[in-house]
This record gives sequence, structure tokens and C-alpha cells, in this order.
Amino acid sequence: MTKSSRAIQASNIHVSLNGQEVLHGVDLKIRAGYWTSIVGPNGAGKSTLLKVLAGLLEFQGEVLVFDTPLNNLKAKERAQQISWLGQNEAASDDLTVWNVVMLGRLPYQDWMAAPSSQDIQAVEIALQSTQAWDWRQRRVGQLSAGEKQRVLLARAIAVQSPLMLMDEPLTNLDPPHQVDWLEQVRCLTAQGKTVVSVLHEVGMALHADDMVLMQAGRIVHQGTCSDPTTHRAIETVFDNRIAIQSIHSHWVAVPNMLRST
Amino acid sequence: MSLNKSNHWFFALTMLLLLAIGIGIGISVGSSGLGSLQNAWRDDVAWQIIWQIRLPRTLGAFAAGALLGLAGALAQGLFRNPLADPYLLGSASGATLGVALALAFYGGNQFAPDAFVRVGLTGAAFIGALFAVVLTLLLAKGVQHTMRLLLAGVIVGVVMGAIASLISLMRPDVLQNMQGFLLGSTAFIGWSAFFVMVCVLLPCLCLAWFFGFAMDALSLGESTALSLGVPLRSMRIVLVLLVALATGTAVAQTGLIAFVGLAAPHLVRSTTSVKSASLAILSALMGGVLLLVADILARSVIAPQELPVGVLTAVLGGGYLLWLMYRNQNQGGLR
Repeated sequence: MTKSSRAIQASNIHVSLNGQEVLHGVDLKIRAGYWTSIVGPNGAGKSTLLKVLAGLLEFQGEVLVFDTPLNNLKAKERAQQISWLGQNEAASDDLTVWNVVMLGRLPYQDWMAAPSSQDIQAVEIALQSTQAWDWRQRRVGQLSAGEKQRVLLARAIAVQSPLMLMDEPLTNLDPPHQVDWLEQVRCLTAQGKTVVSVLHEVGMALHADDMVLMQAGRIVHQGTCSDPTTHRAIETVFDNRIAIQSIHSHWVAVPNMLRST
Repeated sequence: MSLNKSNHWFFALTMLLLLAIGIGIGISVGSSGLGSLQNAWRDDVAWQIIWQIRLPRTLGAFAAGALLGLAGALAQGLFRNPLADPYLLGSASGATLGVALALAFYGGNQFAPDAFVRVGLTGAAFIGALFAVVLTLLLAKGVQHTMRLLLAGVIVGVVMGAIASLISLMRPDVLQNMQGFLLGSTAFIGWSAFFVMVCVLLPCLCLAWFFGFAMDALSLGESTALSLGVPLRSMRIVLVLLVALATGTAVAQTGLIAFVGLAAPHLVRSTTSVKSASLAILSALMGGVLLLVADILARSVIAPQELPVGVLTAVLGGGYLLWLMYRNQNQGGLR
């Protein structure tokens, strides 16, 4: 895949679910090598948009992934280009952690072939980077919800794709491991990978490089997270119930209690 | 990893050892007792009892159990549901209806030792099982909603069972055959029935092994499996066909034998951590051994008379399921 400044370029995306249009002509550009967070109220269409970008939903319009039309990619090519971590993703309780993470290497493996040395190395790196190495022989069913989430993140990292799409990746993670996740994403972008995440935690989303704000199936703002116009747009999208403030040179979202007093 | 593999081999070898012991006991147990085995080399009648009745029945019980165990493992993997027993998805009732229809049209003896009849009944059972599974999936609008899927399976099972009963009532000759069929019995398995089951079992095991990686990926969820490049649609079609074929074949030869398909994968999983491919093979072995043991018990508990093996598996399997639920009630349900 050629190096492109745009990891994703989507034009005029329309999606209908159960006969009802949920995305109304979305245009989107995602910078390659950066972390973009998608934020918006419930039902804004964030997860639907992410699924479209992953090639998991049928849509009208055009999506280019590193300048190649998404629909032109074969299933394995797409799987090597785009890693997906879904909302409420689960794994069989009977599989070992190692086997779950090894599933991330399926896009590179021939049918019935044994894992290659690259596959094994990728799994080892993914397990170590998510601090899940020590549990590699344990069954997934023996792990806590937060530990499972780290294993699933390791599975997504093991794909070693240039583009990672994550839907609510912080689910079940306690604050220290949310910080670990942030560091993990920073590490991935430092390696030149592009990360796009849907997040409910606005404070965490503000740590991204870029932000896409959605409301009622449309993108209402796209900009860098440090841009004050992005902050004002966040406040507007959330009905001014939160305020974006700077604390110790970090942007945070605080509850705006004015309306209730 | 290597630990798991050695566990798998140990498990498989244990099952094969139990199979060998089971065959030994199976050809020794019957209404004429151990005498037939002792006189087999001298007495033609005793030899006939061993060779034509006890051995095919014993091996057939193993093959039927293996088919049910395999179908259970595949159904649970495919539907990502530990309760997805072939019977709960309506396939067994569908197979029963298929057999009832075949008997009503054919009008022959279900237990006739005729390979052609066996293949015909198997085909009818397969079509009935496939029809029931597809109908269940249509009613449930896919496999995403567990409760809807199980409810649809129960409804399809009840309706198809009722239609099969209606056909049996309308045709007294069919009713007689169907009574034995509904209780589940290995008593009438001959060599032709055994070979039909083996001819279905071996390719089903190979295909289950080939599609194991896809079932592992599916355990992560449909979206993730798709994102990994797994050909989900074709995999689903093949696996639904396998579940229907394995269930239909077993049901056509033995009638309704409950809980083997549900219990075998659970027993394997409670022993060792397995990927889907290994689970399918080990569940087949476990299912075979379970039904073989049940068959021996059915022949010996009230000897010289015998119990229908389906009744025995229902009692033992139901007890096991209750114990499993009790054991896991603090761990969020069945594993």
C-alpha cells in the first residue's frame, strides 16, 4: 500500500438500517498516522460510521482506504489493512488467551497452515504490549472483564494493520488501564499507524489528535482536539451540559451544572 | 499450548481405550448372556448373535453418539450458544417428521435391514432436519438473539413433532414403527446402518476440522470474524448442512436420543481447553463413548429385557445438565 496522507476519505455516505436512514451523506477525512476520536450523543451514528469504514456494513457513497476504494479490496486484503475491535466483543471462554490473540493473524494465514514465525512474534509483541503475556496459557473464561478487554485489544494489535478501528475500546477498563490504552495508542501512532476510535468518554477522546463530532447521523464538526472551535462544538453537541476546560495543560470535560441550579 | 495438545491426545486416547473396552463389553452383553461369546467359535447361532447383532449394534451406538456429539459441538460453535443442542434447534423433530413422512409414503418397515431403506430414511431425516434448522433460523431472524433462537427452535420442534404424531396416528403401520423410533433405540442397528453412519461421520469430521478456524473467529462475534476475512456466509451454510446431516443420519438409524449432543461438548470443555476443530473431534469421540456406555447399560440394567437407550440418555443427560447448572450457578450459567 502506498504511503498516503489520508488513511480514509469518505464521501457522501448513506446507510439505512431496517429501512431507516441512519447516516445522511457523511463526508470524512482521516489523517494517516494520527489518532482520531469520533464523539457524539447516543444514536448519533458513530458505531455505524465506524462499521462502514471497516467494510462491515453496506453503504451508498465512496470510501477510500489509503487511496484504494474499500469495495475493491478483497476480504483478506481488507483484513490486513484494517484491524477492528468491536463494541462488546467477546471471545469463547474455552479458548486460551494465546489462541484468541493468534486469531488476529488469520488474515495472513493460509487455510489449515500452522502459524509462521512472524505470526508467533506478532502475538508475543501484542501480548506484551497489553501486559497480557502472563495469562497466555489461561482460558479467557478465567479472566475478569477488564483483563478480557486487554486480550481483545491484543488480538486487534496482533493484526499489525496500518489502520485500527476501535468501537468503545475502554469498556470494562479501570482508570489505570485506560491510561495504559492511551499510551498504547500513542505508541501505535508513533509507529505510523492510524487509529480511529469511537469513545463515550469525552475527556479521554480529547487526548486524540483529531476529533469528529457527530449528531443525528451527520458530522457536525471535524478538527484538532486542541482547537477551541472543536471545544465549543463539543459543548454544543452535548447541549452545553459539559464544558471543556484546561487543567494542567490537559483538556478535560467537566459537567456543566448551571442548568440545574 | 503444548500442554493443551498433550491434553487433547490424552483425552482422545482415553476415549479410544474406553471404546475398545466398550466393544469388548458390548459383544458380551445381551439376552443370551456371555455364553454367546464363549461359544462363538463353535456355534453358528452364537457367532450370528455376535457378528450380526451385538457387534454392529455396539459399533453403531458409538457411531450414532459420535454423530450427535459432533452435531452438538458444531451447533454450539455456530450459534455461539452452549445450549444449542441439535434437538433444541428443531433439527431432531424435523428429522423425525422426515422419517414419518418417508415411512408413510414408503410404508415399509423402518428397521428392515436393507441398505437402500437406510439411505432413503437417512435422506428423508436429513431433509427434515435441514428444513427445521432453516425454519428456526428464519423465525429467529438469524442467530444474533439467543433467546429468540432457542424459542424458535422449541416452537419448530413442537410443531414438527406434532405433525409427525399426526401422521403416525393416521397410519397405524407407521405408528408402530414410530413408537420405537420416538423412544430411541440402538437395538436395530445392523451393518448397513453402521456403514451409512460411518460414511456420513468421516466427511463431517473432516469438514468440521477444516472450518474450525472460522468457528474460533466467530466466537469473537460476527463483525470481528468478518473483519478478519472469514467467509462467514459460506461457512454458515456448510455448518448448518453438517449439523442437519449429522443429526438426521443419527436420528434415522436410532430414533430420538436426547442429551448426547448437548452433554458431549460440555464434558470435553470441562476437561480441557480446546479450539473448535479439536472440540468437534473430541466431542464426537465423547458422544460415541457416552452412547456406547448408555447402550450397554440399557441392555444390562433389567437383563434379559432391555430399556430403550433414548430413555436412559434422557434420564442421565437431564441429571447431568441439572448438576452442571447447579455447579455453575455462581459462575454465570453453563460453560
